[in-house]
Amino acid sequence: MQIMLNNRKEEFDRGTMTVRELLDEKNFTFKMLIIKINGQLVKKDDYYKAVIKDGDDVSVIHLISGG
Amino acid sequence: MQKKSFEEIRTILASKTVGIAGTGGLGSNCAVALARVGMGRVITADFDTVSESNLNRQYFFKDQVGMKKVLALKENIARINPEVLVEAFDIKLDPLNIPQVFGDCDVIVEAFDLAAMKLMIAETVLEKMPGRILVMGNGVAGYGNNDAIKTVKSGNIYICGDQENETGENLPPLAPRVSIVAGMQANLVLEILLG
Repeated sequence: MQIMLNNRKEEFDRGTMTVRELLDEKNFTFKMLIIKINGQLVKKDDYYKAVIKDGDDVSVIHLISGG
Repeated sequence: MQKKSFEEIRTILASKTVGIAGTGGLGSNCAVALARVGMGRVITADFDTVSESNLNRQYFFKDQVGMKKVLALKENIARINPEVLVEAFDIKLDPLNIPQVFGDCDVIVEAFDLAAMKLMIAETVLEKMPGRILVMGNGVAGYGNNDAIKTVKSGNIYICGDQENETGENLPPLAPRVSIVAGMQANLVLEILLG
């Protein structure tokens, strides 16, 4: 499948994947993330069940301490 | 660049309300900038007190050490522009009280220190206050590298900062970069409110 990840095309050799699988595959190591699939927020508790499909527009923004 | 006289700007801002979530480095500097240009109403919330170590970046004074931050900030804004109505909440913000405290704000500024709190307010606003604009700060630590500081947008969330440098033992938050990001947040609030 092909998705847009942070406005860039990404290919994966499977039909669907969970948000958790995407984070592991792309080595997102930050803990605090705002994740949206097609503009819809995916909360932290839902990373294992939220499914990403071909053509989805996914954004992952990592939040860091300091202010 | 949209052009308006200061009178026009003040007239528009006089009827607007901004929420400031956290009144530390980002929040105190952002609130003061918005008060100077004539924001009508500023709603602030924080549970912390001013400490000596805050004075390297936060808009407080040495004789305010030990004061509640929201009260010290209210006092400082009153000295700069007494026409601004400041509503100060001495509370720890959470998913339940955020919609109540900031319910009638035109824009909310996220000005927390901890990433976990930043995520908490982003999730709360997206989930419980759909359509509301949230202006966040993300990546303020250290010094130098001006050009790395930028704004990214995701729907109704705007995120100002270098998006990269987390506060740490050898990467302290300091006045110059913290106030640049606070200034960018205030500048974005103006852009949103003034069009």
